[in-house]
Order: sequence, then structure tokens, then C-alpha cells
Amino acid sequence: MTADRTNPLSSRSLPEGDERERVRFRASSGNFIKAVSAVLWKDVQAEFRSRELFSAMLVFSLLIILIFNFALELDIRTRQSVTSGVLWATFAFAGTLGLNRSMAIEKDRGCIDGLLLAPVDRSAIYFGKVLSNLVFMLIVEAVVLPVYSVLYNINLFQPGLLIVILLGSIGYVAVGTLLAAMSVQTRMRDILLPILLFPVAIPVLLAAVKASGGILAGVPYEEIQFPINLLIAYDLIFIAVAFMTFENIVEE
Amino acid sequence: MPARPTLLKILDAVAILMLGVATYFALVKAPTELVMGQVQRVFYFHIGTAWTALLGFLFASVLSVIYLITKNLKWDRYQVAAIEVSLVFFLITIMLGSIWAYPAWNTWWTWDPRLTTAAITELVYIAYFMLRQGIDDPDRRARFGAVYALLGGISAPITFFAIRLYRTIHPVVIAGTNPKAEGSFSMTPDMLNAMFVALIAFSVIFIDLYWNRIRLGHLQDKVEQLKLKVMM
Repeated sequence: MTADRTNPLSSRSLPEGDERERVRFRASSGNFIKAVSAVLWKDVQAEFRSRELFSAMLVFSLLIILIFNFALELDIRTRQSVTSGVLWATFAFAGTLGLNRSMAIEKDRGCIDGLLLAPVDRSAIYFGKVLSNLVFMLIVEAVVLPVYSVLYNINLFQPGLLIVILLGSIGYVAVGTLLAAMSVQTRMRDILLPILLFPVAIPVLLAAVKASGGILAGVPYEEIQFPINLLIAYDLIFIAVAFMTFENIVEE
Repeated sequence: MPARPTLLKILDAVAILMLGVATYFALVKAPTELVMGQVQRVFYFHIGTAWTALLGFLFASVLSVIYLITKNLKWDRYQVAAIEVSLVFFLITIMLGSIWAYPAWNTWWTWDPRLTTAAITELVYIAYFMLRQGIDDPDRRARFGAVYALLGGISAPITFFAIRLYRTIHPVVIAGTNPKAEGSFSMTPDMLNAMFVALIAFSVIFIDLYWNRIRLGHLQDKVEQLKLKVMM
């Protein structure tokens, strides 16, 4: 039943035997990348036209930094030690906003049914969504970093830090997309996402804060190798788990 | 629904008896620890509940994989029951630990890796129940619950390693030494006996509660079906 639904035309109009298998394989692997980029492109284009999500995430991030500024009294001494924490708290909160929104628009306007009817693998939809969420998060981070650098006179544009931010965002978005797809289908909707996401995403945030803090303090690479390895491991494990379980989340 | 099976009735009795025996061993039979005094006796129940709760969470992760493969709601009932009983046991573990920590560490709580991991694990499974409450369709509830329990089961050990980045003061009583640990002690044979009695007792109590909770799950499903029948 499940095999037929993903490819309803599989037994018709294709060559016999080995040739058919080969055609189907070529078609499906090509289709997969095409489907992923189609979902990504759709989201980017819709966002480019409305600019709702991006502006909301950006203003929200700046407000969080502002609140931290007063809550923690970010003077020159405390700034050294808390910068990585403030940055990651900001990214995490802004990220939740984006994740919620990207799934809510699919659900509200019934787009998700259209996506699910498309004769592509369900995981292609997942990866497309992950990529578009990642793009939005990275754009917001790309704006927050220079603003933070200017406001607090810290150079945040260090290659190591950028890599850590990329790794952390991948892990956060990989789990977040899966859980956002879950939470929009519940009664509590967007309230539920942070409750589901934060406890599961704690390792990624802890490792990212530790690694970023280490890089900003200029410690040797050996000292931050463990958190960076942890980030990579987390990313791989959770992308794999989400890839295998996403089918169960969108099944109707 | 048939009455409670005889085996379950026997198990209920054994569980109550074991609780009494474990209490006797922990409070009377085991010697008083020299440095910490009477409060160390909390340790036996602490480790008994922790052990069963962690096994229960692990078991629940296995059940979610089985459910996701078979899609049989029976496995979902087993999973909810395992997580619910484990959640209560783990809460008891944390509370007993806190009672011990106040005289030993001079604080009810500290952000040590084990304590933090324990708190986050509790939160994961509380979120699990919130997720389930928000979904009406039983199949979807089961699918989402299984996926989330799997994610939580995988992230808990990673959280533990992630928090190792920060320092620890939790004593490692069994196999292992931590030079920074505060409140460590070595066990005499009588203490070891009390610990093993507690481990066995809480395993029996866990299985008994688990079995009863599964029966409750069956009854809940029956009630739901009957309600649907009346509404039709």
C-alpha cells in the first residue's frame, strides 16, 4: 500500500525488467533533487514576495538582543563571557518563530495537501523544508552578526565561529522542521513547538554555545574539538532519524 | 473486561511485600554511613527508582520503533504505560536525590550533568504527554508519540555527554571514581545487599504498576469505543 501510493504509475508505461528498474531509479534520484529544490524554491519565492517571515524574525532577534542588553547589563567584562550564550538564545528563539511560520502557512492555506499529493518521496518535502528554514535562519544570522559586532564592538566574523553557527543551525532546523510539522497538526499548534523542541535541542545548543565561546576566547582547537564533534554527530543522527520518521508525521 | 488475572493479583501482593522488605533493608539492616549519617539511606531507593525509570525510558524507545514498523495500536498502549510509570519513578529519583543533596552538597539543586540531564529528560516526557493531549485521532496520536519518544530517547544520552562539557560533582558510587565528586562513599557488604534488594524490589514494583497501567489503557480504549457507539 505504501509503495504504490508514492509511485502510482510504477507498473504502467515503463519498459520491462532491468531496463524498467534502471529508468525508475534514474528518474527517482533525479526527481528527488528536483523535488527538494522545488520545495525550497517555492518557499524562498513566497518569502521574497511577502517578506513577512524574514522581517518578523529579524526584528524579533534585535529585540531579544536589546532585552539581553538590559537584563544582563552587557558591559565590556560580562560581554566576553556571555556573547555566545546571547547569540544562541537569540538564534533559538528567532528560529522557533521561523519554523512555526513555515509549517503554519502550509497548513492554513491547505498547501500541505498539494505537496503530499505530488508523486515524490515524502522525505524530499522534508529536506526541501529543512533547506528553506535553514536559508531563512542563516539570513537572519547574517544580519544579526554584523549588528551585534557593531553594537558591542566584538569581531564575530571569524571562520571558526561561522562554521559552528552553520553546524548548530543545521541541527536545530533538522529537528525543528520535524517537530514543527508535528505541532501544527495538534490542537495547541504553535504554542507546542518550543515545548517539544527545546528539550530535544538542548545538546545542540550546549555544544554550540561552548564551541562559540571557545572560539571567541581564542582557545586552541583541541579544547573545542569535542563540542564541534558533538555538533556534527548530532546533525548526522537527527537528520537520519527525521529522514526515517517524517513519513509518519505527514501520513493521512 | 475480565477480572484481574490471578498472576497479577499475586504480583500486586509480591510488590507490596518487596517494598516492605526493601524499606527494612534500607532503614534497619544497612549500617549507618560514617560521614553522612542517616541521610545516606535515601541512596537505596534513589538508585532503585533511577535504574527502573531509565530502563523504562529505554524500553519505551524500543516500543516506539516497533510501533512505527507494525502500526499496531497495542504497542502504543505499551509505550504510554512504560513512559508514564517511568516518569513518576524518575520524579521520585530526583526528589530523593534532592533530599540527599541538601545535607551532602548544602544545596537542593545544582546544575551538574546528571541532574541537568535528569531534569531535561523529565521535561522531554512531560512534553510527550502534552503532545499526545493535543491530538484526538488515536492513530495520529500514536504515530506522533512514537516519533517524539524516539527523538527524546536518542537526545537524552547526547544531552548527558553535552553537559559533560561543564563540570560534575555527582558521585559515581558504582564502578568509577571522580576526584571532584562530593559525597562519595565505599559500600560495605550490608550496604550492597540493601542496594540489590532495593533494585529487585523496584523492578518488581515497576513491572506490577506497568501491568496495571496496560490494563487501564485497555479499559480507556473500551470506554472511548463505547462512547463513540452511543454517539452514533
